[in-house]
Amino acid sequence: MANLTINGKTVDVDVEPDTPLLWAIRENIGLTGTKYGCGIAQCGACTVHIDGVAMRSCGVSVAEAAGKQITTIEGLAPEEGPLHKVQQAWIAGDVPQCGYCQSGMIMAVAALLKEKPKPTDQDIDEAITNICRCGTFQQVREAIHAVANA
Amino acid sequence: MNQMPKRNMTSLNRRAFVVGTAAAGAGLVLGLDIPFGGPAVVRAADGSPEVNAWVVIRPDDTVVIRGARSEMGQGSLTGLAQLVAEELECDWSKVTTEYPTPGQNVARKRAWGDFSTGGSRGIRTSQDYVRKGGAAARIMLIEAAANEWKVPASECSAANSVITHTPSGRTTTYGKVAEAAARIEPPADVKLKDPKDWKIVGKGLKRLDTVDKTNGKMTYGVDIKLPGMLNAAIKDCPVFGGKLKSYDQAKVTGMKGVKQVVKVDDHAVAVVADTWWHAKVALDALPIVWDEGENAKVSSASIAKWLEEGLDPAQPAFVGNKSGDTKAAIAGAAKTVEAVYNYPYQNHATMEPMNATALYTPDKCEVWCGTQNGEAAFAAVLEASGLPADKCDVHKQILGGGFGRRGQTDYVRQAVSIAKQMPGTPIKLLWSREEDMQHGNYHPITQCKMIGAFDADNNLTALQMRISGQSILFSLRPEALVEGKDPATFAGLNPTGEAAIGYSVPNLLIDHSMRNPHIRPGFWRGVNVNQNAIYLECFMDELAHAAGQDPVAFRRKLMDKHPKNLAVLNAVVEKIGWDKPAPQGVYRGFAQHMGYNSYVAAAAEISVTDGTKIKVHRIVAATDPGYAVNPAQIERQIAGSFVYGLTGLFYGGCTVKDGRIEQSNFDNYNSMRIAEMPKVESIVMPSGGFWGGVGEPTICVAAPAVLNAYFAATGKRIRSVPLRDQNITFA
Repeated sequence: MANLTINGKTVDVDVEPDTPLLWAIRENIGLTGTKYGCGIAQCGACTVHIDGVAMRSCGVSVAEAAGKQITTIEGLAPEEGPLHKVQQAWIAGDVPQCGYCQSGMIMAVAALLKEKPKPTDQDIDEAITNICRCGTFQQVREAIHAVANA
Repeated sequence: MNQMPKRNMTSLNRRAFVVGTAAAGAGLVLGLDIPFGGPAVVRAADGSPEVNAWVVIRPDDTVVIRGARSEMGQGSLTGLAQLVAEELECDWSKVTTEYPTPGQNVARKRAWGDFSTGGSRGIRTSQDYVRKGGAAARIMLIEAAANEWKVPASECSAANSVITHTPSGRTTTYGKVAEAAARIEPPADVKLKDPKDWKIVGKGLKRLDTVDKTNGKMTYGVDIKLPGMLNAAIKDCPVFGGKLKSYDQAKVTGMKGVKQVVKVDDHAVAVVADTWWHAKVALDALPIVWDEGENAKVSSASIAKWLEEGLDPAQPAFVGNKSGDTKAAIAGAAKTVEAVYNYPYQNHATMEPMNATALYTPDKCEVWCGTQNGEAAFAAVLEASGLPADKCDVHKQILGGGFGRRGQTDYVRQAVSIAKQMPGTPIKLLWSREEDMQHGNYHPITQCKMIGAFDADNNLTALQMRISGQSILFSLRPEALVEGKDPATFAGLNPTGEAAIGYSVPNLLIDHSMRNPHIRPGFWRGVNVNQNAIYLECFMDELAHAAGQDPVAFRRKLMDKHPKNLAVLNAVVEKIGWDKPAPQGVYRGFAQHMGYNSYVAAAAEISVTDGTKIKVHRIVAATDPGYAVNPAQIERQIAGSFVYGLTGLFYGGCTVKDGRIEQSNFDNYNSMRIAEMPKVESIVMPSGGFWGGVGEPTICVAAPAVLNAYFAATGKRIRSVPLRDQNITFA
């Protein structure tokens, strides 16, 4: 049993403590916006915020995540409010192709912009290491700069 | 006739729908409304009338456009809707889309045509009938309004979903007359607009499926939830062709969440559990004994040796393109140049690993999955379930990447096979990344030996290309072989057709010594143009160098009879600034090719550090697809294809040891990141009069343009992919 705080709500989840947070989020809590891509923290499709820091949830156990503030793509913007500025930029820039990696990509970018509101190309290169097989990187970069310059 | 499921891609209620449908026993039931005295009207799930197969119009004027091709990121969902909407003359802001199911297509005599979404065919091979569908619906809607007003239809016109009776100025909307239009006999023939009059087609409109891809709400196959659903993890024999010998079920039966261990066919085993994580943990703990068979002796080295033997001209080969007498020309040449290239196996590595959810009862079998070929998936369900067509269906989901991999149906058959062993329980089968990486349908492996011959004036008199290696059609579509020959092997090298060679050489011989190792091949984005463009375009560069000529000027001399190829080459030459020197330390390379009925070219600017670190600064890429339905999406396909193509060049390559694929995940099968992404400048230059594909063609010029620039920078030819194996990487 683990006690997790996800998108502001605290829930008891009946899983073994070493269960990856990704699978607790997807299967036990039922939020499927966070995606499985590799299971070894390589691709970033499962990126969530843990206490405001972008983390690959396949590599974090529920035991490690317990007691911390976890935010998933579903909780990035307030439930009844407007979308997060990164989500808005993604829509304005028509960024996603298949879209499968984009939850993780958006979570990684939101964390970067919180830390560095006006990132340079080099900042982006260093911080955004998510894999996108469709190859949306050019639109991702443009959308990040669009948010920064808004 | 079947009714349509509500499958609104942008609806926030998609997930609720999926669950709701399942709860209702997945009853996408037939719905025929036979009103008083009128013909039958087919209704969508929400009761809205279907004007025809392509068009449903709701009372609030929402236009639901239904197409058969799968959306996997390439944007054809939006492009096809544009084509329908153009002829329909509807308000684009009120357009939404949905998929018919393959079962409905079969029940309605294939009303929606071909479901197969591959070969960059999504738009080019359905544009004609979807436009006619839109035009026919417009005619019926106008006629319905004219009937209501008791005026001749010829006095009415439609624009932006509004019908106007010109003489009186009366107006009505599509939503108001759709019910009556649905009862009108469809016109026998329709006239399509002249492309110069297009208002919606040809515009870089936003995709229709973006919002849910930014907020976590888009439902992919992997996200399906059904009441009472269990999850399955699977291991197939690591050696293709091997068998499952035994497994020790007792070792995992007590593990948390585990419900059942099942054999799948005679070569795989699956653990079914409450959650996928529990299934995977138990599967990893399950002792399995494989009978790996003879293929376990195969290695990359043994395959390479076999292919190398095929380069011998004495070995029998299928001829793909022949003119003149290369043997005589080479024998009489003033100078000859020879080179051998090779291209490896590659996994598609879609971001969403293979998965399918199946619910089987003795009366019905349904599958929810991402597939590039709904009808092939449907056929797989029939075969694996043993049930007839009217008791099966496939509910297509948005794909988390396809690239050709999801044209295969192995994962669908597996899901049904497991579900059949647990009747009444929905089973979601998900492959681990490792299973996905090691049970792909790999880009086929080939080698190519080329000989070029010059006369005393450095004119190219002969070109000979011997391809040795694997055929995709031999394994996947043997019925498409022509007297044993795989015509697809010669993509971009054919004398004519949608993938013709862009050069005229007086004496030409291109042939293929077919060798099919046990690693199963597949259609991998771009398919055979990937290696053929490297072989031909890098060798053209070698020939130009041997002749002491500018690589662009050398090519142009051979392209007199290939004006469209020449036009795209000239476009990139001009935009990269070939008439001016490159910046200090930056070197350029070029490539041009034809594939999927489109003409493509690329110019690359790179710099190289220590001979091993490549920085790709800039790519200029041109494509002439005949017509550009949505230039903004075409630009995204071009840029994306360079990520896929350059990932293949730098990091691709699946190697074989003891009969199995060695790579297992993204740590040893890397993929380009944003830092490695060059700036891609696209030139979309549709010349009209033909329809070419978009999703694949440009991928093939990515690698040769960069390899040719690498030679310009270092004086060293790289003839083997991937660069990873030569310790060359991105700077």
